Amino acid sequence: MNPVTGQQHPIGLYLKIWGLLFVLSTMSYLVDYFHFQGYLRWALIITFMLLKAGLIVAVFMHMAWERMSLVYAILVPPLCLLVLVGLMAAEGGHTFLTRLQFFH
Amino acid sequence: MNDTATIAAAPPLSQAIAASGWRGLIADWSSDRQAFHVSWGKAMMWIFLLSDTFVFSCFLTGYMTVRVSTTVAWPNPSEVFALHVGGADIPLLLIAIMTFVLITSSGTMAMAVNFAYRGDRVNAATLMLVTATLGELFVGMQAFEWSKLILEEGVRPWGNPMGAAQFGSAFFMITGFHGLHVSAGVVFLFTVAFKLMRGDYDKAGNYQIVEIAGLYWHFVDLVWVFIFALFYLW
Repeated sequence: MNPVTGQQHPIGLYLKIWGLLFVLSTMSYLVDYFHFQGYLRWALIITFMLLKAGLIVAVFMHMAWERMSLVYAILVPPLCLLVLVGLMAAEGGHTFLTRLQFFH
Repeated sequence: MNDTATIAAAPPLSQAIAASGWRGLIADWSSDRQAFHVSWGKAMMWIFLLSDTFVFSCFLTGYMTVRVSTTVAWPNPSEVFALHVGGADIPLLLIAIMTFVLITSSGTMAMAVNFAYRGDRVNAATLMLVTATLGELFVGMQAFEWSKLILEEGVRPWGNPMGAAQFGSAFFMITGFHGLHVSAGVVFLFTVAFKLMRGDYDKAGNYQIVEIAGLYWHFVDLVWVFIFALFYLW
């Protein structure tokens, strides 16, 4: 890649990703429309979400073609957020149980 | 080993640029020169977007925390955001349309980048204007959604008649911050499209600002993917 001219890829590729994002969004919507519940609902929602996010970052934002030094600088730090989410989920569960015990 | 020898042992810059993959990663970070080998504008936009990722993630994590910790029933978003069409309530209809509008705007933005690098400034600017207009449409629908919730459903940041009080604060904070990003993006896109049309970038022969504006716009779409899944579908 020439750093001055930047990322350029065929328009056909963008149109295909656009179509795929449409299909994935429709499938996300149908999960709600057909009232799927429980683990099936969560599995589907998270799968479609990650697929869509991956397509946007990889193709629309050209991450798939960037040098690894940039890719890792951007994609590794958000892993810390998973730790935060885990901590806060435990904290939220604890608060919930405490409230059940003392305020109900 | 003295300093002169160390300097002499460092690979020349051209070699560092040529290496890719893991070898390139090591070479880039250890070269003591430039790590990313992209323009400053693009590197800074990526670093800004990384910081924005952390801000949005803190909001979404805060929302998760209040939602799992409340003992009061959470309002069902599927019903709250249903639209009454043709005598029936269609769940999440407005949100689905907003999602499709934003995805389409991402598609037109990606194509604008392609045309800009080909030097086709008329098509690039036109596609950017289409993108910005779709962004305005999104914000318009969000204004409609907010008005309906505030005026008809009585939702407030401190409570709502449908259940858990935290619903209001989480909703207004998350969608409000996203809507602010979309609005700022619309202004950004109009500005770049205007300068593109006027020929400002022809003089420098560098159209990378269109790609940088595109990175911001795709990020706004990316955040909506997470809000759609975690707020509206949960």
